[in-house]
Amino acid sequence: MSKARKTPFYEKHLALDGKIVDYHGWLLPVQYPKGLVEEVRDTRKRATLFDVSHMGEIMVEGKDAELYMQKLVTNDITGMKDGAVIYSPVCYPDGGVVDDILIYRINSESYFLVVNAANTDKDYAWFKDNLSGAVKLNNRSPDYAQLALQGPNSEAILQPLTAEPLSKMNYYQFSKDVAVAGVNCLVSRTGYTGEDGFEIYCFNNDAPNLFDGLWESGKKHDLNPAGLGARDVLRLEAAMPLYGHELSNEITPLNAGLDRFVALGKDVPFNGQEALKQQKQNGLKHRLYGLEMLERGMPREGYPVQAAGSEIGWVSSGSFSPTLDKFIAMALLDPQVADSIKEVEIMIRNRPYRAQFTKLPFYRRKK
Amino acid sequence: MKYKVIEGLRYTKKHEWARQEGGVAIVGLCDYAQDKLGEIVFVELPDVGAVVEAGKSVAVVESVKAVADLYSPLSGTVTEINEVLLDQPETINQDPYGEGWVYKVEMADEAELGNLMDKAAYEEFIIKEEEE
Repeated sequence: MSKARKTPFYEKHLALDGKIVDYHGWLLPVQYPKGLVEEVRDTRKRATLFDVSHMGEIMVEGKDAELYMQKLVTNDITGMKDGAVIYSPVCYPDGGVVDDILIYRINSESYFLVVNAANTDKDYAWFKDNLSGAVKLNNRSPDYAQLALQGPNSEAILQPLTAEPLSKMNYYQFSKDVAVAGVNCLVSRTGYTGEDGFEIYCFNNDAPNLFDGLWESGKKHDLNPAGLGARDVLRLEAAMPLYGHELSNEITPLNAGLDRFVALGKDVPFNGQEALKQQKQNGLKHRLYGLEMLERGMPREGYPVQAAGSEIGWVSSGSFSPTLDKFIAMALLDPQVADSIKEVEIMIRNRPYRAQFTKLPFYRRKK
Repeated sequence: MKYKVIEGLRYTKKHEWARQEGGVAIVGLCDYAQDKLGEIVFVELPDVGAVVEAGKSVAVVESVKAVADLYSPLSGTVTEINEVLLDQPETINQDPYGEGWVYKVEMADEAELGNLMDKAAYEEFIIKEEEE
């Protein structure tokens, strides 16, 4: 494995006493001194700042970019307006998932894709393999830094730093070439926490200035730093999938309950279309469910789930939820059994712990 | 020293501590271990009356990010468990050498205390571990 890389915010993390870990080859803070639980609460109640520079960015440009994208991803991108963002899985022909990505439409001939850090190289190779028509790909991941500003105070923190009218930017919209604290940025109203917030992209060289600007403005609005640990718990509470857990080579978007991001009826054939149609027709062997523990116990990824002593699936993600003060899990279970029962047992160190079904997401912010 | 280490306790290489009170020892998790784990959200305790063996897992301590076994520093019989931890496992983070104790063990062989480190030796051990 190659040497772990530093993001342009590395020195900031050290200055804030972040606990640095190697995350898929990136040196990033897993938490800061306040700790993961408080960082989750800060995000829900106030605002937090995450370094997400490890995420990959790939540009798709050319006359045929729209058609290319439509064939590449499972969601239908034809209705997108310039300045819109959508979420989509990207599948192999067998329905397994290459990655799940955000698609930013600059215009019909230019798309900015944000992909998972660990998948960037694999995605870029796959996107290249699928090239057709007048389309150019450019992996810009090494050039961009990214901060996620998340939580109800986000707009109040960001607005004083930019002339862009943020109240007019809706969820899943973006603007590019926006000056934030004097730095040229792309700003989107997106996030991986279930809160209001922004994801802000800039060039590496400008990154420290962007950070300082946000930090200074954040002082009046209780801004705190948050790490990867809190990010994972926040996304679980919001029931957002994580590649490698709820999606993988073997776990399709339909397994993960992402039907609304899979446009099976698209008129342009896309990778995975036939396989996913088949899967839907034949019935799913596993589907994603939400569980909360009835007994104290920490559900973790990979723990078997049983009903009446028989295994019916496994935990895909689990944690303590600071927001709900409960132990929660997402699990991939056999729907034939799961749909007819109210409780299951999660096997923790070979002992059954009772859990009950609960609606996803576990947490939804009040609008 | 970044981590709190207390005079008069005996320490293991797995970062447990033991405090002798007559024939009984109180056992807990060191400050170093609780700091590495982060906020503790779940503790699985042994049963009172359980016979434990030095070096064997007797309890499980979990933070959001990690699971850690607590290995008994001493052999003997569990006489008492800290039930506060079942509902407030974070007590270990707040007061690892005090309110956050985990269990009491009636020692089968007090000589085992001699196998454990004193404050100075344990501090040295932490410094070495931090360097790695």
